[in-house]
Amino acid sequence: MNATVKHSLMFAFVGLLIILDGTTSYGIFSGTWNSALGILNMGLVSAIMALGVNLQWGFAGLFNIGIMGFTALGGLAVVLVTSAPTPGAWSEGGIGIIMALVLGAMTVVAAVMITKKMPPGKQRMLILGAVLIGGFFAYRAIFDPAVSGLEAINPALLGSLGGLGLPVLLAWPAGGLLAAGAAWLIGKTALGLRSDYLAIATLGIAEIIIAVMKNEDWLSRGVKNVVGLPRPMRKEIVLQEDPGFLETAASLGLDPVLASTLYVKITYSLLFTAVLLALLWMSQMGLKSPWGRMMRAIRDNEVAAEAMGKDVTRRHLQIFVLGSAICGIAGAMMTTLDGQLTPGTYNPLRFTFLIWVMVVVGGSGNNFGAVLGGILIWFFWIKVEPMGAGLMNFVTSGLADDSALKSHLLDSTAHMRLFTMGLILLLVLRFSPRGLIPEK
Amino acid sequence: MDLLNAIVALTNYVMIPAIAYGSQLALGALGVTLIYGVLRFSNFAHGDSMAFGTMVTILVTWWMQSMGINLGPLPTALLALPFGILATMGLLLFTDRVVYKFYREQKAKPVIFVMVSLGVMFMMNGLVRFIIGPGDQRFSDGERFIISARDFKAMTGLREGLAFKTSQSITVITAVVVVIALFWFLNRTRTGKSMRAYSDNEDLALLSGINPERVVMYTWMIVAGLATIAGVLYGLDKSFKPFTYFQLLLPIFASAIVGGLGNPLGAIAGGFIIAFSEVSITYAWKKVLGYMMPENLQPDSLVQLLSTDYKFAVSFGILLIVLLFKPTGLFKGQSV
Repeated sequence: MNATVKHSLMFAFVGLLIILDGTTSYGIFSGTWNSALGILNMGLVSAIMALGVNLQWGFAGLFNIGIMGFTALGGLAVVLVTSAPTPGAWSEGGIGIIMALVLGAMTVVAAVMITKKMPPGKQRMLILGAVLIGGFFAYRAIFDPAVSGLEAINPALLGSLGGLGLPVLLAWPAGGLLAAGAAWLIGKTALGLRSDYLAIATLGIAEIIIAVMKNEDWLSRGVKNVVGLPRPMRKEIVLQEDPGFLETAASLGLDPVLASTLYVKITYSLLFTAVLLALLWMSQMGLKSPWGRMMRAIRDNEVAAEAMGKDVTRRHLQIFVLGSAICGIAGAMMTTLDGQLTPGTYNPLRFTFLIWVMVVVGGSGNNFGAVLGGILIWFFWIKVEPMGAGLMNFVTSGLADDSALKSHLLDSTAHMRLFTMGLILLLVLRFSPRGLIPEK
Repeated sequence: MDLLNAIVALTNYVMIPAIAYGSQLALGALGVTLIYGVLRFSNFAHGDSMAFGTMVTILVTWWMQSMGINLGPLPTALLALPFGILATMGLLLFTDRVVYKFYREQKAKPVIFVMVSLGVMFMMNGLVRFIIGPGDQRFSDGERFIISARDFKAMTGLREGLAFKTSQSITVITAVVVVIALFWFLNRTRTGKSMRAYSDNEDLALLSGINPERVVMYTWMIVAGLATIAGVLYGLDKSFKPFTYFQLLLPIFASAIVGGLGNPLGAIAGGFIIAFSEVSITYAWKKVLGYMMPENLQPDSLVQLLSTDYKFAVSFGILLIVLLFKPTGLFKGQSV
């Protein structure tokens, strides 16, 4: 059996799992198309994230464990682009906030200039300190009143900057841009150091992005969440009142409620598949091009690549920004799919390390591998819980019904997810480090 | 102007919490830095090793409490601590045998080790949540305060109270004892010397007949002890929650890197630098300044530089500054 057939069969197997989930309710399968399509949609989003991580790790060997931050920035972009503008936000404080942020950025730029231009010594330290401290207090002096003014606007429903009210599909590239900007800032500082440092720096920046999104209510309402984000297609309720849609549903023999939810989910699947295919095509072209070969050369031997005149740090920065942008796009798509932004739910285990498991299992360095790993691992992430419950029921079947151990074990099955994912990661790294679809 | 009250308020809200937190971070960072020095990778499972050790200690504490064993005014957890350390030693030696040893023999790149440690982190995290659940656990008992704020006010007649918790004093004392013991071990004993030799120059150490597997084994055992002690002290001082321990990873790494990865002295200094900056930047200085400034200059706002939710941002900011200007850390670590 040659490699292409084998790999196609793997994709067919994942497709079969999704189809089985939609059709049978035996064992771990749910038997409803709603759930199957839900898994498929998040699987597609995960596949895009995995593609971004694969670009960084597989192509260039960059170890980024701040994917959660870039995903969240993508989600933030959706709020900023699509939600309706808050009336009076700009006059009540929006302008002040922007001014304060510009001032803050200028302070940092001034500090960098001073460090670069002035000769080292006591004088530089003093001026640098004065600029930084003065800049900080000036920033707070403008920022604080502006924020309290803005957050006072109808805090129960609004109280934030709101958005531009643009179509939601525009938010996806915007999410990519926002993530790319953040990645550029991080990459500028942390790339060029040892690999573990980039890991720690990205881990930290992700936590900070989440902290900002949780606490800066003027930006995205913080933990009060933004709900009811617009969608790229009609809502289920609207569909259920559309006579044309009802007729089509009836002719297919479907219940109108089911038909409308399926319609929404299938539209999402198609949109996501289109984005995934476009990005996959681009990555694949990139991998095959001279640029891709240069990246792999740098990954395999930095010193040799540098000797050949390649600017390693610059190329690393470039691919770091590109990969993060893809994660941002995926994050924006995910927030659109959920219809809400809930900063409290971002968790590094789910949004960073799970994506890593996907890339490693799929096969790092191979774009198809990343996609396969993304959908397959997402399927198992959802299904480990019913599997674990089944296993626990089997294990505890010998125990008395009222035993404390039994109830504890049954209650804890939800936590088997992390354990299983760690186990899968370790097993793959040990016994098949090249993954399901190895790099060519 | 009321300097005395200002000093008391400063001690109560900044100095004591920061010293306790700094000792906890220093112990955590020592573990990270030892692993880095001897095994040459950043161990991302360290936070979860701490969580595991603390969990075992909590379980034993509960058992002791149910049996009526206690230490009087001191927390029972101190009695249970050795069991936690033993269990963590077992777990870490087990993971080393089944997971890390293979890659060591292959001479895998450090980044592979880091990824492997991510897998270990996942499994330990899952294990801890599976056994004790993801929620908050409090397990401190005994006397809560050495000096409570009210007693202090009655004693001195000052307006500001000064509270000194038992857990804080235990933290500081334990940390001092552990650090002295560790440095004695590293500098005076044969095994400690061989560990330092191995860390400084692997090839030379092998040439002079040091058994690497033995060095690695002792390192894991010491790290297990440090991690469990750090975790239990943190849990006594605040409370135990698996996810918080995972999040401690960031300040711990920041401490180790700020001090210079692989350098034990640097890890301690780094721990205190991070803790003091975190506490002082997120503390609302209104009260202290209120006592120190003349009446008409007293601040109206809270004078809080950053809200407490940004404490990670503080450790991260320091980390970034050190990485930019002095990547080897303040105390010349090994890394470039």
